[in-house]
Amino acid sequence: MTLIALQGAVEQGFIYALMALGLFVSYRILNIADLTVDSSFTLGAAVSAVFASIGHPYFGLLLAICAGWVAGMCTAFLQTKLQIQPILAGILSMTALYSINLLIMGGKSTISLLKTETLFTLFSGDYAKLPGAIAFALLAGVFLVVFFRTQLGLCIRATGDNEDMVRSSSINTDLVKFIGLGLANALVALSGSLLAQYQSFADLSMGIGTVVIGLASLIIGEVIFGRPNIPRNVLSVILGSILYRVIISFVMARGLSPNYLKLLSALIVIIAISYPVVIQRYRFYQLKKEAARNA
Amino acid sequence: MLELKKVCKTFFPNTPNERKALIDIDLKLEKGDFVTIIGGNGAGKSTLFNSIAGSFLIDSGNIILDGQNITFLKDYQRARSIGRLHQDPLKGTAPNMTIEENLAMAYLRGVKKGFSFGIGQKDRDYFRDRLAALGLGLEDRLKTKMGLLSGGQRQAVTLMMATIATPKLLLLDEHTAALDPATAEKVAELTQEIVAKDHITTMMITHNMQQSLTCGNRTIMMDEGRIILDIRGDERKKLTVPDLLKMFREHSQKEFDNDRMMLS
Ligand SMILES: Nc1ncnc2c1ncn2[C@@H]1O[C@H](COP(=O)(O)OP(=O)(O)OP(=O)(O)O)[C@@H](O)[C@H]1O
Ligand SMILES: [Mg+2]
Repeated sequence: MTLIALQGAVEQGFIYALMALGLFVSYRILNIADLTVDSSFTLGAAVSAVFASIGHPYFGLLLAICAGWVAGMCTAFLQTKLQIQPILAGILSMTALYSINLLIMGGKSTISLLKTETLFTLFSGDYAKLPGAIAFALLAGVFLVVFFRTQLGLCIRATGDNEDMVRSSSINTDLVKFIGLGLANALVALSGSLLAQYQSFADLSMGIGTVVIGLASLIIGEVIFGRPNIPRNVLSVILGSILYRVIISFVMARGLSPNYLKLLSALIVIIAISYPVVIQRYRFYQLKKEAARNA
Repeated sequence: MLELKKVCKTFFPNTPNERKALIDIDLKLEKGDFVTIIGGNGAGKSTLFNSIAGSFLIDSGNIILDGQNITFLKDYQRARSIGRLHQDPLKGTAPNMTIEENLAMAYLRGVKKGFSFGIGQKDRDYFRDRLAALGLGLEDRLKTKMGLLSGGQRQAVTLMMATIATPKLLLLDEHTAALDPATAEKVAELTQEIVAKDHITTMMITHNMQQSLTCGNRTIMMDEGRIILDIRGDERKKLTVPDLLKMFREHSQKEFDNDRMMLS
């Protein structure tokens, strides 16, 4: 693997870290497997690409955040007010957003930003793209750490842990989910919008599999760096995202076809989530064998 | 303080499984009343609490708390003035959050929520004082995850959370039933102390006949969705457990049947 490839992986790792942080909010903190993410990632990319192409890259980022927030709130609405199961609510939003994304991109499936100014064309030089990527990931991380110490943040964490307890503390958990899922998808959309400007194009299908990639990064980070408390956990997620990108670019450098990337991501998630169960089963059979021998 | 007027609740209406859980319940509690509630399995005791706390809407009737009609308020809106404990000690606390974070959540009851920091030093000192009063040594473990405590400890903390912002009404649904006898005794004592100190209007479902007569100032017996006995004052002072069972038999034409009931 070349140094340039490694640098690219790290840059993308920081950008994707925002998306992984979004999943951290929904999957870890709120305890909801939110599939809206696949489309809100593209949503962010679409919005930022459209605005960058007319000369407003920064405004595009801001609008992408808002759009993602609204997407998350739509999913929360389906879940809470209409009582649709969380997984299905996410799938419905994801599907509906596909059309909306196409609409935003003016009916085209790609938007090229090669000739336009973006956040990442601000500086020139070999490391021009790194500062922007790092800054956003760190800002988001610090924001989350501080946010989860506020009363509102506390409510979101408690809702994911024991919803009944939160309601009996006279807090409207529906509202909490609106805020939580909004925040999660805003982070995801910001990630998508940064990626579009980073790679200078947006693609209608660029969000497919985002959930799995995000979960893989999240879990890799947590397994390796631990999650004893929120600040450490946030750091783990960012590092996990970078590591994931490095792993991917490493196996691609060894000649793996990009066609297998999604399969690889899914396998990583399956192994990371199921390994405690597998180990437990293995121990169980060991014990059984031993008992049979002693009997 | 609390008034129930002709409250009815039927589960699965107009189906073969129809179950009239509450039938025309009329009940009036004065401020500071401590009512114990007994009754067989499926008598409707928990359903009564669920109706008052707003876990579901009742079919008909009215519920008035401290002059306010709360019949159509959501459960979390009622929680502002109603504290509640369940039989399951795991239900009232968030296991992956620390003791102080749990307390901070409960402390938010009725207070406006916002972006200010969750737990300040002043809160922490206050929590420590309150925890010390429980006498369980928890005051030095503010940063311990709730899930690491025993059932009894968790129930004691839940009790504290339900009363940390003094509620107008406290509902206790067999909150000591899942604890070992010594711990149950301790939690029951704590309950009496806190209720007496803050003069909280309380309803307590109990599986302990003796406790139903010794605790509080009034005893209600339920059967098949109705209140069949309501005893207070001098009559209650003279009453023994055998008397209570006899009264139940006379009113309902059957033996008292509750698998958790302790008759002594
Ligand atoms: N959510 C519900 N859905 C359907 N039926 C219910 C529901 N809650 C209670 N019931 C039924 O209503 C009746 C009264 O139940 P309830 O839980 O109030 O009894 P209880 O007096 O608390 O009994 P126990 O001493 O066993 O706790 C029972 O027949 C029960 O099956
Ligand atoms: Mg019950």
